[in-house]
Amino acid sequence: MIILEMRNVTKQFGGLTAVGNVDIQVEKDSIFGLIGPNGAGKTTIFNLITGIYKVTEGEIIFQDHPIDQLQPYQIADIGITRTFQNIRLFKKLTAYENILTACHYNASYSILDAVVRTPKYKKEEKKLGDQADKLMEIMELKDRKDIIASNLPYGLQRRLEIARALALNPKMLLLDEPAAGMNPDETIKLMELIRQIREQFNLTVVVIEHHMDLIMGLCDKIAVLNFGRKLAEGTAQEIQANPKVIEAYLGEEEVNC
Amino acid sequence: MDWFYIQGILILSGIYLLAVLGLSLLTGFTGLFSFGHAGFMAVGAYITAMMTVNFKMPFILALLVGGVAAALISLLIGRLTLNLKGDYFCIATLGLGEAIRLILDNVQYFGGARGWPGIPLKTTLGNVIVINIIAIIVMANLIRSRHGRNFIAIREEEMASQIIGINVFRYRMISLAVSAMYAGVAGGMLAHYLGFLQPKMFQMAKSTELTIMVIFGGLGSISGSALGAIVLTALPELLRSFAKWRLVVYGLAVIFIMITRPQGLMGGYELTFKNIKNFFSRIGLKANEKTSIGGDQS
Repeated sequence: MIILEMRNVTKQFGGLTAVGNVDIQVEKDSIFGLIGPNGAGKTTIFNLITGIYKVTEGEIIFQDHPIDQLQPYQIADIGITRTFQNIRLFKKLTAYENILTACHYNASYSILDAVVRTPKYKKEEKKLGDQADKLMEIMELKDRKDIIASNLPYGLQRRLEIARALALNPKMLLLDEPAAGMNPDETIKLMELIRQIREQFNLTVVVIEHHMDLIMGLCDKIAVLNFGRKLAEGTAQEIQANPKVIEAYLGEEEVNC
Repeated sequence: MDWFYIQGILILSGIYLLAVLGLSLLTGFTGLFSFGHAGFMAVGAYITAMMTVNFKMPFILALLVGGVAAALISLLIGRLTLNLKGDYFCIATLGLGEAIRLILDNVQYFGGARGWPGIPLKTTLGNVIVINIIAIIVMANLIRSRHGRNFIAIREEEMASQIIGINVFRYRMISLAVSAMYAGVAGGMLAHYLGFLQPKMFQMAKSTELTIMVIFGGLGSISGSALGAIVLTALPELLRSFAKWRLVVYGLAVIFIMITRPQGLMGGYELTFKNIKNFFSRIGLKANEKTSIGGDQS
């Protein structure tokens, strides 16, 4: 079953075409990889899906509903969330508060409930606390609960950002270069983590990455972008054997005279 | 110093505390700077006075009406300006504050620029304290809820808050409206403390003063805002014997805090029993560490 579909999506900034006529279909519960050289339009695609940019042309369909006109917070409501290439945590809050804030979605008490501390407030606030605790446990952040987010080591900040995204109970998680700045060992751990959360949370994952071992080892399907156009799509083997992809990454083969 | 004078300072501190508390939600917790809160105070002051003088409404009810009126005005302006980025919103509020003052200058119904004398003196130290306690509890409860966390999230990282499903525009509107309501009620109390209203009382300097109080106390701290309001209202009074120099000292005090403690007096921390205990136990720990230097680390 297709959960997310981009139909002929184009995004132009003035005269510059950042993304041109891209068609992508993401299978439910799969891990989908998005690769390409720098400036190929990968992050722009994430920004289009999450409503930060509006598409110039084309359609984005999520679970049979068009989502290209929705605001970012509405996109989060229907179950798509993401992490950022340059980590965007609530820097001055603790790790726990970061997650607790994101859990807000699972409570429904009103401002009046909060002001007069009704039983509903107390019940739901406890539920949120439990949920945040559970997430910290799963993501192995429990011992860093009260550390200010910006003081966490880089790898854990990335992990916290994923945890914060999971707090929404999303159906789809977009990861923008989750392994950036990680060493090979951390990258392998991250790969396992992504697999594990996909199983545990029934997620569909779309991941942008430059670490090829992560992409090749993790993704069920991969799309390659170059200069805003889709170059190729397929499984890891197909992509690795595709001459166009090799050309985009390594340059043209020298012609022997 | 006689009691009447001290009581006056306390009442004024209380009134500014209320306005600063509201501004604290907007500036300290939601991250939006406003230079027009004197305008909201003016709306609250005039509407409350109108209710008690012309419509013979009971004081407390009139205060509520004044607060709601200020909130409504803020919603109107918020609708138009809250999509603006930080600095532009700040300029828009500055314009709004001045516009409200100039409009009041020309409304003869309210006495225009000549002012409006004869407003009944109904603000007492008692009702100031009660209203302030209620206001602080409401604010603290609001901040320590999912809604409060959403405000803080918006201050910290706007895009990330959208991504986790926070309707940034809506929460900014709520923050602005609540904060304007606080300012409106404060204005109403000011009117019924002074017994006289004049648009000149609500100049931009007043808005700036409120913002200074919030920053002085520390952004993102309710107790900091309260402390800032009390210290900065009382300070010029304590310095009255310096006559002309008192405002210079006031300015220097503010600059001194900005340099030595840029995060403000409380620096985002709250004055709670738990934090006080932690603070003292930390001092205790440090003292212990000092005595145990050179000892075994077992």
